Amino acid sequence: MKKENTNKNISKKVTNKKNIVSLVLIIAVYILLAVLVENKILNRQFRSMIVPIGANIMLAVSLNLVTGFLGELSLGHAGFMAIGAFTGAVFTLNSNLPGLLEFILAILIGGIVAGLFGFLIGVPVLRLKGDYLAIVTLGFGEIIRSIINSINFPSGLDPEGVRIMRKGTMGLTGIEIYSNYTWIYIATVITIIVIVNIVNSRFGRIMCSIRDNDIASESIGINVSKYKVITFVIAAFFAGVAGVIYAHNFAIMMPTEFDYNRSINILVFVVLGGMGSIRGSIIAAILLTVLPEFLRETSQYRMLIYSILLIGMMIFNNSDLKHKLIKKKA
Amino acid sequence: MALLEVKNLGVSFGGLRAVDEVDFHIEEGQLYGLIGPNGAGKTTIFNLLTGVYQPTEGTISINGENIIGKKTSDINLVGLGRTFQNIRLFHNMTVLDNIKTALDNQYKYSLLTSILKTPKYFAIEEEMDREAIKYLEVFGLADQADILASNLSYGPQRKLEIARALATKPKLLLLDEPAAGMNPNETVELMNTIKLVRDRFKITILLIEHDMKLVSGICEEIFVLNFGRELAKGIPSEVLKNQAVITAYLGE
Ligand SMILES: Nc1ncnc2c1ncn2[C@@H]1O[C@H](COP(=O)(O)OP(=O)(O)OP(=O)(O)O)[C@@H](O)[C@H]1O
Ligand SMILES: [Mg+2]
Repeated sequence: MKKENTNKNISKKVTNKKNIVSLVLIIAVYILLAVLVENKILNRQFRSMIVPIGANIMLAVSLNLVTGFLGELSLGHAGFMAIGAFTGAVFTLNSNLPGLLEFILAILIGGIVAGLFGFLIGVPVLRLKGDYLAIVTLGFGEIIRSIINSINFPSGLDPEGVRIMRKGTMGLTGIEIYSNYTWIYIATVITIIVIVNIVNSRFGRIMCSIRDNDIASESIGINVSKYKVITFVIAAFFAGVAGVIYAHNFAIMMPTEFDYNRSINILVFVVLGGMGSIRGSIIAAILLTVLPEFLRETSQYRMLIYSILLIGMMIFNNSDLKHKLIKKKA
Repeated sequence: MALLEVKNLGVSFGGLRAVDEVDFHIEEGQLYGLIGPNGAGKTTIFNLLTGVYQPTEGTISINGENIIGKKTSDINLVGLGRTFQNIRLFHNMTVLDNIKTALDNQYKYSLLTSILKTPKYFAIEEEMDREAIKYLEVFGLADQADILASNLSYGPQRKLEIARALATKPKLLLLDEPAAGMNPNETVELMNTIKLVRDRFKITILLIEHDMKLVSGICEEIFVLNFGRELAKGIPSEVLKNQAVITAYLGE
């Protein structure tokens, strides 16, 4: 009995079967995506959804770390995304580096600045519990947006070589479109792998222990507030990265795109996909990004149908039917 | 020097004097019992010792080091492990992971190591698995290592909580009514396990129990608390003869 248990838990090496299957899957999906895009099998409408899908996956998976694993309700994820988006776009608008290098640097800078804000906000805010945290993070997201509205951003040079300053409310224009399907795919896959690895490490264990019982976690020597802040910063970093990628998909970007509606949408991905389920977050983010586009045809009833489908999926998610289907598959 | 030294400990909740002028010390290796009727303040003393509550007066020191004002997590690192009267497990984690979380203070690796899954990650995780299984074996839980803690029945849940506290390698283990809700057979078995744990891990144990007979059976010294104050303390055979103790327990 003893042997079985230990073996089962130690069958972990980088080159184990599961990792190889994942690698093959990652490459296969990329090839499929490339074929569909390059041969124009996907129409324009679908192709335009690739970047938003990737960004939403990154947002959902990172928020899941805070909500599903740490057990804290955060409603300010769009705020971190906005920080990443504007920092990244201002950087690429004003730098003269070669494209690829510029974009990679922008991703890192956007993520780091968002992570920094995650730290500054996390330290005081994570002492609050439950509803209070939700309300404060909701407020934070809106504050970030109004700050962006009131800042004057340097946004490149005009033809005479004078730096253009644009008021935040007007948004940013002339952003280089760097986000193609290859970049978004790589960034999304890296985000998922990093977060899955964190979840499977001592950090993931600590997050879950805090979610399950913070007093017991303290009693076994875990500095609960420290690990809450670490989790919050990691999630903010990836929201920032998602923001940079999202920003470099269109030439124009408005602050209104990052309002609380977006924060709530991200939370919906997490809840619908299942708290603490990375796979669920990915599937929910894909479905709920594509669905509203499909429903565009039925324009006036769009939100109504979307809401009904959402409720339907929630009910399905909690039903016996789903468990039966899963069992059948297994 | 005593391992635990408590002097003139007191705390008030509003007008209620929950603990008052409590003095005792525990020597290394002792099995010490804390008993008293419902609402006497036993759990409150545990919460004061572990920094969950701050005392209004008094001192608490471990091996001479003052621990008042320290955070609960730091007090654990100084050497205090505990269980809770109402079980507090990590319910949605496996039995094994409950223990591995408690081993975290002894096996650390960085966030970068986690993200890159370096050989160090695998080596440390393997070692943690082996170590965790050892603790589970002491309590006969090894073959349930991979099930969720919430799926354990009541008795094993209590045992897992003790194993988890023990896995932090405390000098002093505080057990709050470990046998609560168990039948007489399970209780006797558990008490034997507790004695065995003390001898095998060479630690000191402070035990809260309701059942006076049970405590006097295994503890070398006991402290009787009543309305937050000391009623008697000393070796069990003498305390049990104490008139005040007899009155308090008969009057319960
Ligand atoms: N946080 C608190 N706020 C107010 N009163 C409290 C608090 N914690 C404990 N008390 C009170 O202090 C007294 C002692 O409670 P405590 O839980 O320590 O008793 P106990 O000896 O552990 O009892 P039991 O045997 O029932 O577990 C009780 O009257 C209780 O209501
Ligand atoms: Mg109690």
